[in-house]
Amino acid sequence: MASSKIKFELPFHITKRTDIPGWKAWLFRGGAIVIAFILTAIVSTILTKGGMGGFFKEMFVGTMGTANKALKLLNGWAMLLMLGLALVPAFKMKFWNIGAEGQTLMGALASVVVIKEWGKVLPEEVLIILMLLFSLVFGAIWGLIPAIFKAIWNTNETLFTLMMNYIAIQMVLFAINIWAPNGSGTIGILKYGSFSGAFGMNYIINIVLVTIVTAILFVYIKYSKHGYEINVVGESVNTAKYIGINVKSVIIRTMVLSGALCGLAGWFLVGGSPTPTINSTLVAGRGFTAILVAWIGQLNPFIMMGSAFLVIFMQTGAAQVATTYHIGSSSAYSGIVVGLFFVILIAAEFLVNYNVVFKVHKHKKVEKAATPTGEKAGEEPTKEDEKIITEEQFEEELESIGTRYFERTITKSKNFEGNDTFTPQKEEVPIEETVEEINEEKVDK
Amino acid sequence: MFLVFLRSAIRLSTTFLFGSTGETITERAGHLNLGIPGIMCLGAAGACVGEEAYLKGLSDMSQANGFAIVLIGILCAMCFAGAGGLLYAFLTITLRSNQNVSGLAITTFGAGITNFIMPQVDKTGFTTIISKAFTAYAPGADGAGWFSDLFLTYGCLVYIAIVLAILVAGFIKRSKQGLSLRAVGENPAAADAVGINVIKYKYVACVVGAGIAGLGGLFFIFDYLGGNWEYTIEALGWLSIALVIFSIWRPNIGIAGSLIFAAFYILPSYVNVEFQYRELIKMVPYVVTIVVLIATSLLRKKELQPPASLGVPYFREER
Repeated sequence: MASSKIKFELPFHITKRTDIPGWKAWLFRGGAIVIAFILTAIVSTILTKGGMGGFFKEMFVGTMGTANKALKLLNGWAMLLMLGLALVPAFKMKFWNIGAEGQTLMGALASVVVIKEWGKVLPEEVLIILMLLFSLVFGAIWGLIPAIFKAIWNTNETLFTLMMNYIAIQMVLFAINIWAPNGSGTIGILKYGSFSGAFGMNYIINIVLVTIVTAILFVYIKYSKHGYEINVVGESVNTAKYIGINVKSVIIRTMVLSGALCGLAGWFLVGGSPTPTINSTLVAGRGFTAILVAWIGQLNPFIMMGSAFLVIFMQTGAAQVATTYHIGSSSAYSGIVVGLFFVILIAAEFLVNYNVVFKVHKHKKVEKAATPTGEKAGEEPTKEDEKIITEEQFEEELESIGTRYFERTITKSKNFEGNDTFTPQKEEVPIEETVEEINEEKVDK
Repeated sequence: MFLVFLRSAIRLSTTFLFGSTGETITERAGHLNLGIPGIMCLGAAGACVGEEAYLKGLSDMSQANGFAIVLIGILCAMCFAGAGGLLYAFLTITLRSNQNVSGLAITTFGAGITNFIMPQVDKTGFTTIISKAFTAYAPGADGAGWFSDLFLTYGCLVYIAIVLAILVAGFIKRSKQGLSLRAVGENPAAADAVGINVIKYKYVACVVGAGIAGLGGLFFIFDYLGGNWEYTIEALGWLSIALVIFSIWRPNIGIAGSLIFAAFYILPSYVNVEFQYRELIKMVPYVVTIVVLIATSLLRKKELQPPASLGVPYFREER
């Protein structure tokens, strides 16, 4: 018998669910965030001398204790969010753009090129606008190149954009070497092109503009025709073709937008900083972290505001804890904390999308039923079951649950086909079992 | 000069080769593991922890056995990296998370843990001392002509990497399990239908692939850098993933590919060009990878394509 080959069976099975109520989904996600935070607190308490109190003090006071720190945190938030936003249109289209790092770096490089070329001659306002235009174009080009190949020849975009990151890094290093012919590898702080201190507050333009972009992008994705086309292409390319969407042009157009938004982030990183400069680590891995931010934020710009804040808060806070208590380098410790945070949240997403159904005592019953005396053994629980659920109710249940139980019934009925003869009695047994299981599930819930 | 360059390239290529051989196994099962950079870091960290425990048990550093050091290094690196692979496998196979997202989370996590653990464990700087065990080669090979200089003067990991790449290539191409592995990567539903345990294959491929990739991190820190862990492994990890494409998912081609990548990686310090242009030379491996990627998609030849279900989660009930 085939079933004798299977020695081990998991005590549960997994089914997909699409109808989870919103509050429940957010309960899982919120729970995951709390668990991640508590875990971080415990690990930090063990590693540091400050105890739990010290950890919370550093987490909150260390990240937003003073106005300056709070602004810095908000700027970090804005930059991470900006990169995440840039990825949203591409990810909605299921175009795996992991090249945000490079696209942003090219945008930043464009800004620096403008400053270096025309910084002395042009008035500051014109210079900043010129920087913006160049950044948008450079970022867009960096997004356009993989998009063209994807659209026309279906070249794997994940690996293509990944490689483009490193080409961008080398471009920046090359440009720095040209600008710093002494071989120092740094171009120092640029004197022109900074709009960071506007309105008397550092970074304020970055923060405000990113918030505006969030709202615009939300509308673009949700309510515009372009957004609709992106969604259709993401769901099914064939459907898109069928309803007359030009898939190639959608891919190219969306990636130009994605790249341009990354370029915008590059403009923020150079011009929006009080100390505008460029080096190969200017983007500092945000391009990769932003992918996780976008994913955790369900690709919804408004939810991403929250996820980006959580990530930047954990990152800055952990770095602060590490610096204060001298536990390794700050980037290493924040890497652990953020990595842990992501792993837990990714795992929690599973509970949102899938239902785990435990099969209690299932194994015993199948064995009982499979024995020659199975008919009797199978009948006994049936009577008990009828008390809980009537046949009509069961029919309804079966219909509402749909094919999932139907399939299971079929697979189980195979156990009883050993005799070749097929009698109505034997057919009933698996269905009765299903009744049992439905009741068990109810008890479980 | 050329000999020195070639030797250095061969040594560095080992890191790429381990990384790409491991990643190839994983990708053949349909999993694009972007956590490889972090997993390579974990391999180095694991070896560091293992060696520290071993040396602590000895009364004196001089009692340390070179063979034991290498063995412990390999085992611990594979265990730590394998654990990283297991976490990735759990997230992507059992929990069916997005592979790119899970991989990137593992990279963040692994690199963080490694940068955290290494300075904590290696306070006495023992890594530079024990790295001699990793670079040791047969006595008398040195200075006995160019042939032995070029081929016989490496630590054992270099040879292990090459043998492993050939074995894995043979395994994928010729063995029954290799055929099943390819089937799982191409069409898991069909593989499931003919009775292949898809979940098992995917798990084993992810864990074993990660374990092998972890050796790349071990080699880079303990052999190539001579125990100096203050360099980041991550960039090499990304290049290893690129190398998988370059080798069109065949580790035996990866041997040559890794050598080419390594040669371009170190070329700037050997050629006599103005330093401004050195960064452009370093760009070459990435550009070449893109060219290969485009070429494979242009040719549309079936043998040259990535595994068909690469990056697609498999859920039996969803068909």
